[in-house]
Amino acid sequence: MPFANHTTSVPVTVDDDKCIAEKGCRVCIDVCPLDVLAINPASGKAHMKYDECWYCMPCEVDCPTGAVKVEIPYLLR
Amino acid sequence: MSAFDSEMKTEIVETDILVIGGGTGGPMAAIKAKEKNPGLKVVLMEKANVKRSGAVSMGMDGLNNAVIPGYATPEQYVKEITVANDGIVHQKAVMAYATGSYPMIQYLDSIGVKFEKDGSGEYNVRKVHHMGTYVLPMPEGHHVKKALYRQLRKHQVLVTNRYMATRLLTGTDGRIAGAIGVNTRTGEFLVIRAKAVVLACGAAGRLGLPASGYLFGTYENPANCGDGYAMAYHAGAGLANLECYQINPLIKDYNGPACAYVTGPFGGYTANNKGERFIECDYWSGQMMKEFYGELLSGNGPVFLNMTHLAEETISEIETILHSNERPSRGRFHENRGTNYREKMVEMHISEIGFCSGHSASGVWVDENARTTVPGLYAAGDMASVPHNYMLGAFVNGGIAGEDAADYCASTDLPAYDAADIAREQARVMAPTRRDDGLTPFEMEYKARRLVNDYLQPPKVTAKYKIGQARLAEVRDDLSALCVKDPHELMRALELQSILDCADMAAAASLYRTESRWGLYHWRVDHPATDNENWFCHTLLYKDEMGRMAHKKRAVDPYVVEIDEDEMGAYHQLRTPAIAAE
Repeated sequence: MPFANHTTSVPVTVDDDKCIAEKGCRVCIDVCPLDVLAINPASGKAHMKYDECWYCMPCEVDCPTGAVKVEIPYLLR
Repeated sequence: MSAFDSEMKTEIVETDILVIGGGTGGPMAAIKAKEKNPGLKVVLMEKANVKRSGAVSMGMDGLNNAVIPGYATPEQYVKEITVANDGIVHQKAVMAYATGSYPMIQYLDSIGVKFEKDGSGEYNVRKVHHMGTYVLPMPEGHHVKKALYRQLRKHQVLVTNRYMATRLLTGTDGRIAGAIGVNTRTGEFLVIRAKAVVLACGAAGRLGLPASGYLFGTYENPANCGDGYAMAYHAGAGLANLECYQINPLIKDYNGPACAYVTGPFGGYTANNKGERFIECDYWSGQMMKEFYGELLSGNGPVFLNMTHLAEETISEIETILHSNERPSRGRFHENRGTNYREKMVEMHISEIGFCSGHSASGVWVDENARTTVPGLYAAGDMASVPHNYMLGAFVNGGIAGEDAADYCASTDLPAYDAADIAREQARVMAPTRRDDGLTPFEMEYKARRLVNDYLQPPKVTAKYKIGQARLAEVRDDLSALCVKDPHELMRALELQSILDCADMAAAASLYRTESRWGLYHWRVDHPATDNENWFCHTLLYKDEMGRMAHKKRAVDPYVVEIDEDEMGAYHQLRTPAIAAE
């Protein structure tokens, strides 16, 4: 059974210019209760890897540089 | 598949007490166990990260069940909860909570959790319940998790983040012997041998499918998907009154609380489309939910939270509380839709079903010492059977579990276990990683939860339930095709199996109790009357020796607080007199 690639818009976005993942920061990735953030191998910055968000906001609130923004997922908006 | 080693890495660790779940009750169990006996080794296993896990990851806006001298007595509280649950409560456990409530508030205050106080430093308690006064606001309650975390460090509790417990380990003598966990980022196994285990895994909040269709748009933190219920069941523990579902009145689509508890004391109220009150009391009981459900379906729906009549300074205060604690993205949701509390009522709806003793009365059976029916196994918080727990109940009962487990450890040794049990569990966990194609956790979860909505949502119809059971059994058969490509998906695949277990338990428990009780929560259309002669009892669901789902009745223990006949009906008359007369 082959798989399809299903594309969705993601509720959590990271401003690459503000993200300091290259300095070893992993705060947003650490605090996410659903473990949906990860380092994007292409940019070396944090990004939302899985669209499985509770819009609970620790990633945004705990980010030391204000790089993370949580929007309400489109289906609920 | 490449993300998984063919050789499984397994580490075995020994401890005195293992606490599973680092949200609210779990950390308190660990802290109180260490306070009781600092010499004990206590491990806290958490699926996410203890810093921000569980139902109160962003804090809490108030205590909903504070029993504070001068406002309420433990006896009054026990009476209120007994009446709100149609009499089916283990009063000794409710009393243990009620007497522990005020000391816990003082303890939380001492570790930096902030509560609303008046000018003279007294707690500012508000009335929301039908009878007594128990609501204590926490306008600065967003630091709860930080305060807990400091105590975990101070007491040197060993924390393992990103390990998902998959099954409990039962000793050869029947005592609990520990648990098996898998790392959600590496797929490595961790076996923890323990003398006592405290389960604090939260609600089963990912059971029904939200009306928005977004799998993670749930009321509960979606990490709380019923793992604790499934683990307790497979370890042979009894689960009480699971047919008493949790269904909540929530902000439509956002699925977070509209918070009549916060707004009620300020003058906000639940209204129909005419702006009229239709219920006397906004406290979440099954009967209140039945009135809510009826209003939604009548020509008077939808239902709203109305604050439009309040003064500007009152509304700003409400906004500050609601938009900075518990669910802070709420302000953003309203902004997107142009909902300003000053001008527009907030549209509400009822949630999908779940299990949660936080607001309901079901869960893994525990007595007044937080002990389950399995020796050495404890449960606390939303997944344990103490009714209407809320956050403070998780703290108090978690503390009770930790202290009792510490005492239990003093007189016991590490139970022997069968290594074959671990091998069998590892094979079950890893099965979806051994397939190259098949079904994804996402689509299987979506289907299972959609079936829960289609067939299990009250009103409960026997014919629908039987179809639901058959369709859910088909999904279970499809587990043989479940396929994952990385450890994150493996976590979702394991969660799906917890969800399926909970769906089966919800259906079976509901069919067993052939009467209606608890308003909307257990409204059996084929058995519409409450039958106290045959069903004034707890139901216990358990796994029998043959591995089948079985049921038995458990008598309600003699009350420690007597209730008069005429008081018992207080929660049955929630409709406002003017509306009821129409």
